[in-house]
Amino acid sequence: MAGSTLASPTASAPRAAPDRARHVSPGLEAWRRFRRHRLAVASVVVIGLMIFAVLFGPILWPVAINEIDFTARLQGPSWSHPLGTDDLGQDILARMLYGGRISLAVGLAAMVVAVVVGTIIGAIAGISRGSVDAALMWLTDLFLALPQLPLLLVIIYLFRDALKELAGPEVGVFVLIVAVIGGFRWMPVARLVRAQFFSLREKEFVEAARALGASTSRQVVRHILPNSLGPVIVAGTIDVAAAIIAESTLSFLGLGFPPDIPTWGRVLYDAKDYLDFAPHWALFPGGAIFLAVLTINFIGDGLRDALDPRKVM
Amino acid sequence: MSQYLLRRLLIVVPSLLGISVVLFTVLALAPGDPFEELAANPSVPPEVAAALRAKFGLDDPIPVRYARWLLAMLQGNWGFSFVSRVDVDVLVLQRVWTTLFVIGSSQILALMIALPVGVYAATRPYSIFDQISSTLAFIGFSLPTFFTGLLLILLFSITLDWLPFVYRADIAATGWRWYWEHVRQSLMPVAVLGLAQGASWTRYVRSAVLDVIRLDYVTTARSKGLAERVVVVKHVVRNALIPVVTLVALQMPAIFGGAIVTEQIFRIPGIGSLLISSILANDTPVIMAVTFVFACLVITFNLIADILYGWLDPRIAYR
Repeated sequence: MAGSTLASPTASAPRAAPDRARHVSPGLEAWRRFRRHRLAVASVVVIGLMIFAVLFGPILWPVAINEIDFTARLQGPSWSHPLGTDDLGQDILARMLYGGRISLAVGLAAMVVAVVVGTIIGAIAGISRGSVDAALMWLTDLFLALPQLPLLLVIIYLFRDALKELAGPEVGVFVLIVAVIGGFRWMPVARLVRAQFFSLREKEFVEAARALGASTSRQVVRHILPNSLGPVIVAGTIDVAAAIIAESTLSFLGLGFPPDIPTWGRVLYDAKDYLDFAPHWALFPGGAIFLAVLTINFIGDGLRDALDPRKVM
Repeated sequence: MSQYLLRRLLIVVPSLLGISVVLFTVLALAPGDPFEELAANPSVPPEVAAALRAKFGLDDPIPVRYARWLLAMLQGNWGFSFVSRVDVDVLVLQRVWTTLFVIGSSQILALMIALPVGVYAATRPYSIFDQISSTLAFIGFSLPTFFTGLLLILLFSITLDWLPFVYRADIAATGWRWYWEHVRQSLMPVAVLGLAQGASWTRYVRSAVLDVIRLDYVTTARSKGLAERVVVVKHVVRNALIPVVTLVALQMPAIFGGAIVTEQIFRIPGIGSLLISSILANDTPVIMAVTFVFACLVITFNLIADILYGWLDPRIAYR
């Protein structure tokens, strides 16, 4: 790729020769590169504030999420209700602070599921050539071709009641949604990890480990896996945003969390029939989803510059 | 080329089989069955319920049921909707064209945005235009479709009162008026889907063009004295499109997901809203058929992408 233009202004071109004798740890080097992406740094601040708000907000704004007050229905923002009220007079700020915990937690947990499953499958495929690799990649391609949203809807619809009985309404639905969203998002990670394994497996330092008698599992865990994590972290960050969108979509279609768990998508679903009288009711949760997704995507972009400086897509 | 095509077509068969197995397993493993309500109904004697179960073969082992279902699907017998009392294939065929129309027009809109904007931004990297379009694309692909849909309704239907926000299949008008009404009502759904797709495609096009624009063969084309337009259109874009086609094909499932949401927001009578309503009504035959149709559509579009790929990059066809 001689002379190709880097797709991002902050992605530094690979250095021709190391000009410094001073040792800089890889973490510090990554942070130095990340800092140059100003929007990503701003996004860290914004998403940090949002996480702080949903974690500690219910303490600072102690209004019950299900306190019904028919004298204050569908009111716009005011001092007593900073984000207004819904059709039952419930305080939207309190509901959003509570629901935001679940929206963000679903995003993080689904990302963890996707990254763990994807890394395991990608690692197995990458280290064992031949038929195992071919079979796993066929599976990956099959999952990539599945119509995801229809299947998500069908699975959640079919299994929701059974899990509710098993683990209670909140935990049951949470586990189901996290498992299903994560279960449909591992494929890009698996492909990334496999590709990384293919190139790293033949590198000299792995060969050296092999020559020293390291077992296959030790080669993978100590030498190959840590070196293939950069792109995985980037993909994982973007997966958080995608999982938040997926959960909100399910809730928005009325097939996510039950109404007593006001995730942002669920609040939006309840609000959509009142757009003409109470637009604030839809705008605040929608804006929160958008802001969370946007900042996480920006952080992913910054991390890509920091950890994966080869080429930016 | 024909050999390549044949090979691609042969790969489609196992994928379709695989998807149908996944689908059938999910439905078979699910707790509860369509006859649950019947069994719970005290006015239906248990013998009748058992006879019905035996008639529809619900007590057979799962592989037997799968084979029977697959044979029936292949023969065009898609079952019978429990709710609307219509054959499922009639129901699906009625609605699939609306979905394809909305998706198709939004993809055209997305292409019309992404190609020129992405190429122009990549030919002037880090210019003001590039920075603005990159930021807008980033915002566009971070906006969930359900939120853009509500925002557009709020702006154009409620505040400005320009466009209708309910999509109607039965417009009582003829001639030009009919077309005009159709355009008016599909404007917002198409815009929602098209802008979301256009935003992410712009990023792909831009980075793909950036990858090739400084390559030596482009410099050669310029030094031959070709006009800049010819260099970009004939030399750069054609090569840059190869990775873009792959990425677009990978996004096909997401596009259909977005279509379901859009159909639900604007109440478009397509197969997406049919899926949601049949899920809410526990109408298993329709759920099965619609999900399978979605799978077939995804695979068909992947196949089209593969064919395009072979046309864009002739080296692949003869490999």
